[in-house]
Amino acid sequence: MKKILVTEDSATMRGLIVSTLEAMERFEIIEAGNGFEALRALPREKVDLIITDINMPDINGLELVNFCRSNPLYQATPLIIISTEGSEHDREKGLALGANAYLVKPFLPQDLQQLVQELIS
Amino acid sequence: MSRQPTQEYLAEAEELLERLGQDLALLGESIDADEADPDLVNSIFRDAHSLKGLSGMFGFDDIAELSHHLETLLDHFRLGKIALNAILYDALFETVEGLGLLVREKALNPQTRMDISSYVSRIDKLMQSQKDENATSLASLSLDPALLKVLTEYEEHRLQENLNRGSLLLLVHALFELESFDTDLSALTRELKQAGEVISTLPGVSNDNPTCLAFRILFASKVPLENLQAQAGLAPYEFEIVSQERHGMLEPAAPVPPPALTPRQDPPKDKIALATQPIADELSLRSLSQSVRVDIGKLNVLMNLVGELGLARGHIAQLADTLTQAGIPQARDLDKAVHVLERRLGELQKAVMDVRMVPVRQLFDKMTRIVRRMAHEMGKKVELATYGADTEFDKLIAEDLADPMMHIIRNALDHGLESSVERLSLGKPEVGRIEMRATQRGNHVVLEIIDDGRGIDPQVLQAKGIEKGLINPEAQVSRQDLFALLFHPGFSTRDQVSEYSGRGVGMDVVKNNIAAMSGIIDIESTPGQGTQIALTLPITLAIIKALVVRIQQRDYAIPLTSVLETLLLEPGMIRSIEGRQVMSLRGSTLPLLHLNQIFQFDQTTSTAGEYVVVVGFVDRRIGLIVEALHGQQDVVIKSLGESLSFVQGIAGAADLGNQKTVLVLDIGNLVSATLHKDGGLNV
Repeated sequence: MKKILVTEDSATMRGLIVSTLEAMERFEIIEAGNGFEALRALPREKVDLIITDINMPDINGLELVNFCRSNPLYQATPLIIISTEGSEHDREKGLALGANAYLVKPFLPQDLQQLVQELIS
Repeated sequence: MSRQPTQEYLAEAEELLERLGQDLALLGESIDADEADPDLVNSIFRDAHSLKGLSGMFGFDDIAELSHHLETLLDHFRLGKIALNAILYDALFETVEGLGLLVREKALNPQTRMDISSYVSRIDKLMQSQKDENATSLASLSLDPALLKVLTEYEEHRLQENLNRGSLLLLVHALFELESFDTDLSALTRELKQAGEVISTLPGVSNDNPTCLAFRILFASKVPLENLQAQAGLAPYEFEIVSQERHGMLEPAAPVPPPALTPRQDPPKDKIALATQPIADELSLRSLSQSVRVDIGKLNVLMNLVGELGLARGHIAQLADTLTQAGIPQARDLDKAVHVLERRLGELQKAVMDVRMVPVRQLFDKMTRIVRRMAHEMGKKVELATYGADTEFDKLIAEDLADPMMHIIRNALDHGLESSVERLSLGKPEVGRIEMRATQRGNHVVLEIIDDGRGIDPQVLQAKGIEKGLINPEAQVSRQDLFALLFHPGFSTRDQVSEYSGRGVGMDVVKNNIAAMSGIIDIESTPGQGTQIALTLPITLAIIKALVVRIQQRDYAIPLTSVLETLLLEPGMIRSIEGRQVMSLRGSTLPLLHLNQIFQFDQTTSTAGEYVVVVGFVDRRIGLIVEALHGQQDVVIKSLGESLSFVQGIAGAADLGNQKTVLVLDIGNLVSATLHKDGGLNV
């Protein structure tokens, strides 16, 4: 079973993403509530896809993207960043750092599922 | 994704709004100051941002739109495009309140849509007043250009800001073990924040040590590098200067590989493997959230169950006693088991109680918001101070207290504090002051609301009381009793009293609300100097220890928190002064109360009292004459219900566990009734 790491500091938002992914019934979902937890999870779980929110305390999504892209272990792992309307600047940066795709909140469950489908197969 | 249940949404939205309110209150302290704490500002922005994202996902477009506007406004503010002043601050507060209103509406009916145009147009107007950004090129920094790419817009702005200010910019290099990096990094960040501003934290890999994470922290220092290096907690780290001052030249430095530092307190490797492996496994990534939001109703159920368990334990203990007396050999073991049960139950009760506790801060924050808004509306200048905001009390009390507190504060603002002009002409500081203080005293929390306004003149109260026929013109009425007049329903009418004394708006309602929580309200005032109102409230209402007594052949429970002592009644102790029974207690006179004076029992069954239970709070004490003391017990107070709420002197009913229900006396009420008798009052 392929593993997806979901990094999002809002528990409700994370719950929504996780349940959307679980509905696809073919992934194991690893949850992280902040950048620290993601950094901890990455070496332990061999993740096949990373989904991260940008706006998080301490270590933000961009820093996480940079970390993955500068580390040979995660350089090739597909990465989706989640931003909101109005944060175009940060979204551009995320893509420039090597994120593969982005989603803008609010998004439809199908959008997320489709994106995951494309990136993971 | 609006198919999801909205309960989670509401809980998180409420949490975000609550934190926004608290953080905004903190932000208020830096109005008109040079700069607000960047961390605080960013946290406020992030919460508005989260609310927007969350609301959009649940299809609450109006909340999403308003929080979008709030976010944009905050974004301008955090990026330095708008200065923090009272107008911006009020707009932020009111928008957060508006959002709170919207969220509460959704709780009642998710389909409702509200008109948010007034909020939005206000924000738009503020945004037009933005100032121009003066830019100094970030390219002049001797900073790895790759590093710039990682900074969010806000981080870039903070970097810029510090650059313009000429702060010393540093990259701090640190290497931490994977297993403990979060605590180590937090410790380092904490240390750094005392000396400046952490702009960004960049995790990276260590080339030499795969079990380590390398961090580069972009840091704007307020102190010289030597001072940082002299700090013990910062000694193990390497500092790299990146600000232009020192380097001068424009050539960007080559990317610096993370230095191979030895992590602090690095135990031998073999021990790490042994000691940390199991812990790492226990740290499941699935249990992330540190806190759970629980409906207060569920906690009440839990609390009631603990109470009922206590009653069951009491019953078992009685049975154990009976068995011991009957000489049954196993009785001693049973007795021991009962004691263990008792101890554990006590712990359980305390644990459940702790869960219900909330800091007074939440209530203070609400009040702060109200004061700011009202002061703005009334055009009065007021400085607000709070003390003891970390004092904790029962969530239910906190909820029920909001309205009475608001009443008191509104009175203080509206009638207590003079206008700026009047204050200046009286030689007072132009800005009025309202203080909210919370202190814990034993099982009670005392909340004080103190203003430095015009105060209340007891003589005006006396004249008014006589005019209203509430006090006897000849009677010597104490100062306390005169202030107590303010709580009399017949005493105050809005217009008249505000003219005379400046106060009296619905204070009888406030008093009743406080009494319903077994609380007491006191007023003290000095004309011209201000008024202090003190609310004394029990820390919790749910389970109380009670003294069970017998009065007129019926059992009653008295909350143990209001029992000061019990005395054996001996012949000749009771004296009569002006037709009232009193006794001497260590040199002072203690008024006595027979319950039938209040409850008007059938006089023929009256029996003599055997004991005096001294009840009350501090200097407001009375002696209650009872026939017998039945010992103390944990009881769960249940309300008598709306229809019996008019009954004075009874706080509720409690189950004693042996299928017996007793009434719980409302001591605050009985004490007031007894002490105020001589003024001809029956408050």
